[in-house]
Amino acid sequence: MGTSTGTGSTAETIAQLRNRMARMHDGVPRLALETHPALAGLVQLRAGGSYAVDSASLALALMAGPSRAGGWCAVVGVGDFGAEAAYALGVDLGRTVLVPDPGDQWLEVTAALVDVATVVVVSPPGRVTEQVADRLAARLRKRSAVLVAQERTPGDWPRCEVRLTSREPAWSGAGAGHGHLRARRLVVEAQRGTAPPRRGALWFPAEDQTCRRLEGVAPVAGVEVAS
Amino acid sequence: MRVMVVWCPDWPVVAALADEGLPTRLPAAVFRANIVQACNAAARAVGVRRGMRRRDAQGRCPELRVYAAVPDRDARAFEPVLAAVEELRPGVAPLRPGLVALRAPGRFYGGEPAAAALLAERLVRLGVWDCRVGIADELFTAEQAARRAAPQDCFVVEPGQSVPFLRELPVEVIEDLPDGRDAVSLLKRLGLRTLGQLGDLAAADVRDRFGSQVAWVHRVVGGGGAELLATRTPPPELTCHVDFEPPLDSAETISFSVRRTADRFVAGLAGQHLVCTEVRIEARCEGESEPSCSRVWLHPRWFGAADLVDRLHWQLQAVTTVRRSGPVRAPVDRVVFEPVSVVPDAVHADGLWGGTEERVERGIARVQGMLGHEAVVRPVLQGGRSPAARQAFVAWGERPSGLRPRDGQGAPPWPGSIPPPAPSRVLATPWSADVTGAAGRPVDVDERGSVTCAPERFRPDPSGGWQPVAAWAGPWPVEELWWEGDPRRVARFQVVGVDGRAWLMTWESTGDAGVWWTEAAYD
Repeated sequence: MGTSTGTGSTAETIAQLRNRMARMHDGVPRLALETHPALAGLVQLRAGGSYAVDSASLALALMAGPSRAGGWCAVVGVGDFGAEAAYALGVDLGRTVLVPDPGDQWLEVTAALVDVATVVVVSPPGRVTEQVADRLAARLRKRSAVLVAQERTPGDWPRCEVRLTSREPAWSGAGAGHGHLRARRLVVEAQRGTAPPRRGALWFPAEDQTCRRLEGVAPVAGVEVAS
Repeated sequence: MRVMVVWCPDWPVVAALADEGLPTRLPAAVFRANIVQACNAAARAVGVRRGMRRRDAQGRCPELRVYAAVPDRDARAFEPVLAAVEELRPGVAPLRPGLVALRAPGRFYGGEPAAAALLAERLVRLGVWDCRVGIADELFTAEQAARRAAPQDCFVVEPGQSVPFLRELPVEVIEDLPDGRDAVSLLKRLGLRTLGQLGDLAAADVRDRFGSQVAWVHRVVGGGGAELLATRTPPPELTCHVDFEPPLDSAETISFSVRRTADRFVAGLAGQHLVCTEVRIEARCEGESEPSCSRVWLHPRWFGAADLVDRLHWQLQAVTTVRRSGPVRAPVDRVVFEPVSVVPDAVHADGLWGGTEERVERGIARVQGMLGHEAVVRPVLQGGRSPAARQAFVAWGERPSGLRPRDGQGAPPWPGSIPPPAPSRVLATPWSADVTGAAGRPVDVDERGSVTCAPERFRPDPSGGWQPVAAWAGPWPVEELWWEGDPRRVARFQVVGVDGRAWLMTWESTGDAGVWWTEAAYD
């Protein structure tokens, strides 16, 4: 047994142990779901996770990945769904279900739709308790679904894996009474737990109505490991 | 074999008027490619003729009712007539909507004129006032006889008298045959005025010069055209109903009791290799002759037995919640399932692997059970000017209907619509907003579609704070309902605040001042 093989096997063992710990953490191996390419490097959707966003377009972008891959999407409690914007981002409207006004049964409706859809976007009417979030999280893991909480005030949804915040939106195209909105430059901040946030600048949308990373800004490396 | 032909003149017009529930005495015409295809006697009385342009027809008769040619409507309206004729004598051969042939009942009804009178009486009871019957040895002669008959009367060509009858007819009677118009024109130029003169020509010459259709007429005039009728079998009865004795008054009990009928309905269709995509469900109350609640349901795929029971349950629940004022006031004693549109089941057959989304259907049905079936919707896109008009929400389990065509799908673009990107939030009910220009002056849009002063500060919702305008675009003016007495002028603006967020705001004229709304947000 040489030293070199020993260090190699130690690193392997550590990797294995880490892997096992990650599995024990939530029971099932966490499957990576398709994520919109514009958000690559900022967030990677994992089956069973909860994600919080602060704007409607980010919620649509998170829906777009799994929807494009053939999954169903459900939107609960969002009374102002922009169907055309969703379609432009790549959401398959034929596999999208909306419950615009679930009233005080929003939790039961969300739980029922978790059984059906890959992505459930929910806009909770107020602050959600940790117990409720935990119960839904268990169901999400069992069904390998993803929950996207569209928060009205930041921090409404406790214990989410990643919280996406849009900052410094800058629209171009409109002037003083001429032109029209064409493109938006947006900085998306991804906060995972207590780690320092990752930031990425996006064209959201760009002039050609696609969404992509701003050229010249390298994506933050090493995100995959942390999930 | 004697042939009886029943002819209902101007059938497309009769069908179109009946569709709208209008009396047949109104002048009306059916147009195809802006040319009169059929018109009724009232229209003919003021000079409207077949083949006339619409502009000319309306010039002759300004109150003329104008309908587009819909062959389906003609055939649909003719179905009750066929059924009535079939009741008297099975084995009818529908030639086209408005014209049907059958083997003439000889002795059963006491002679041919008596049978024709009975038939006319039946048809008049159906509301078909103008029906004419012709009886002869074979089809062509019988049809010509029907055209000679008076309304509600019959014209009998005695056995063996066909040839003398036909020989006297003018050549114009073959105009309705394919290429008949050209043939008639040519015959006239050749100096042949009657079918008798045509019949005197040599058979080979007629076939070579005029084609097979006229050759067939020539053979008939010569006395050799008897043909067997291609009769139809009556269409199968697919409608199912169930009677309750004693009548039931709870939606749950009724839904439970129709289960077997629903199974029978689906099985009856499956026997014909059909599935139903559109069904009319009727419930009749005790002591009433007409169904008291009736509704047509569409299915995105096709109705199974469980779907039918669900739809009936929803329908009854919807009317029983408004019980005292609703149409169902008494217990229900009959439920009818009537297929409105069916398609071959191969169209909707499941794939061999996967494909079915039963799990999804079940999960969504659970949510519908909690909140009611209209609470779960799916979004569809359509054409329109404002973002709210460009989308529609369709209740889950129903098919969208009456959508406006979208841009670029064979439809011209919608003028006044906002170029992309589309707003990610489209408010269901617009917020009341405020926009002011320099020194707090109101911002309005004048008649020519330009703003009175540039917007400087705005407030997208009444509870929010004011903020300065960083950039704005527009207006996109739209004049809505200008053809009515109270036109509405609307102009849309894109407004970007200094915080970088963009809004779609609408100015609307109300009398002298304008009001502002927030319609959508580019969130």
